Amino acid sequence: MTLAAPVLPAVSIADVDKSRVKIDVQHLDFYYGKSHALKDISIPFEANAVTALIGPSGCGKSTLLRTLNRMYALYPGQKATGHVIFDGEDILRPGVNLSMLRAKIGMVFQKPTPFPMSIFDNVAFGVRLYETLGRTQLAERVEESLRRAALWDEVKDKLPTSGLGLSGGQQQRLCVARCIAVRPEVLLLDEPTSALDPISSAKLEETVTQLKNDYTIVIVTHNLGQAARLSKYTGFMYLGELVEFGETAEMFTKPVTTRASDYITGRFG
Amino acid sequence: MSIVLNAPPRRGTPRGATFEPVFEGLCFGAATALLVALGGVLVSLAIGGWPALSRFGLNFITGVTWDPNPDHEVYGAAGPIVGTLITSAAALAMALPVAGGVAFFLVELCPTFLRRPIGTAVELLAGIPSIVYGMWGLFVFAPFFAAHVETPLMSAAPPGSFWETLFSGIPNGSGMLAASIILAIMILPFMAATLRELLNTVPPQVRESAYGLGATTAEVVLSVTLPYIRRGAIGAVMLGLGRALGETMAVTFIIGNSHAFPKGLFDSGSTIASTIANEFNEASGLQSAALIALGLVLFVITFTVLALARLLLRTQVRA
Repeated sequence: MTLAAPVLPAVSIADVDKSRVKIDVQHLDFYYGKSHALKDISIPFEANAVTALIGPSGCGKSTLLRTLNRMYALYPGQKATGHVIFDGEDILRPGVNLSMLRAKIGMVFQKPTPFPMSIFDNVAFGVRLYETLGRTQLAERVEESLRRAALWDEVKDKLPTSGLGLSGGQQQRLCVARCIAVRPEVLLLDEPTSALDPISSAKLEETVTQLKNDYTIVIVTHNLGQAARLSKYTGFMYLGELVEFGETAEMFTKPVTTRASDYITGRFG
Repeated sequence: MSIVLNAPPRRGTPRGATFEPVFEGLCFGAATALLVALGGVLVSLAIGGWPALSRFGLNFITGVTWDPNPDHEVYGAAGPIVGTLITSAAALAMALPVAGGVAFFLVELCPTFLRRPIGTAVELLAGIPSIVYGMWGLFVFAPFFAAHVETPLMSAAPPGSFWETLFSGIPNGSGMLAASIILAIMILPFMAATLRELLNTVPPQVRESAYGLGATTAEVVLSVTLPYIRRGAIGAVMLGLGRALGETMAVTFIIGNSHAFPKGLFDSGSTIASTIANEFNEASGLQSAALIALGLVLFVITFTVLALARLLLRTQVRA
């Protein structure tokens, strides 16, 4: 490094067009008991676009994801302060109907989590919770969801068999199908390919690509290539703080902060 | 830079090599000893009970008269056998929903600060010796039950109706239903503790996935976690049933000990275990053979329950 190198800013949050923001996180702090896991996070998630969250393990990416559908509320001792504005409504305030919220914000986890029931019932599970569809309509919804998750051709002949019998990659796409079957507006993907082999990962990425124009997608990933391929925006987090946020193409070519630059070029993390 | 790896010098034989056959032998011996004991029990029950079984034949199972009077000895065990099956099934029917409720509450709903006290209470309940339950049942529960359940129900039942038959008996607090309730209380903590352990094995992400689709706690529990643990749950239920079938002291205290075929819920009855416990002391000759044969019947019933559980599990796996 030469002495003439410019001093890079410590934090850089790019502005986005507020009218296109689906979820606006404002001054969010998160605590696991006494441990302060997220520190004053403000980040917008644009509607019908993919935003990737990257950063070293333990930096708070998954925690941020879990505040967006208030999954943390299942566990006593975890609490969030600040604002998460979803379609103009602060979902952190008390009295929010969590079931309705989570039906609108689907989540796919690191490991596939098929329910112990048939493939068909897995996909139909969430639909049955909120809609009363006739047999044909339900079957259509299941087929449509499986097609969108790029799984239909592989399972169309064995819908009545257990979802646990599928391969890991198929199970993960089944979980995506299950999520989109309830027609959510947002998809939260928490390292969805980290437990998959490269071919299955590629198929899942294809699925996300197909979905990205219709859903607001937030994806946590350790795979920088994946973040670059899939996302329009990227947020880089470090030790519970959002260090840099901006358009993916810019961040991956000329990151503004030193930490993001070091992480993206592989110097740490 | 070259890296030199200094491998440790190899020993002639691995240290475990001499111990390995000993270890295998010990394990094999333990397993064999168990099988030998099982076979021994079965054979000696069959031999000891043979005089009664050969004399009464199928009537030993289906006969309703159990009369140890030496002048006209008759041993028909239908009363105790049916008593055993009914009390155990009723106990299970009462205990299972409550045990499930306790377990779900502890895992899904209970505030953290209450989790430990309630969990400990459940384990303590499971540890109370059965004779204490029996004594409590006879001295505390039976009078209460007679005054506040049996008498009102019997007087409320319209004469000649189904209910009158169902509630027939002597309202003294002991009888079939009272014994079933005591049994239910006894097997409840064990089943609750086992179900709680099983629920804790459900991966949090599977539960979260269901919550993530907008399911409420009841929907998550009934549609996802329950099917997830159903194999283990069937095992827990069968173990609870096994305990109820063989439970002796508490039942002997409160079932009323009548060999007659029970006619109603409040009627006195007996179970196989209570009959054996009541009579073995003075039994000799044909009577003791009959008691041993009863033991064999209980053995077969318990074995059948376990076998059915296995069968059920196997069909579940295919599903």
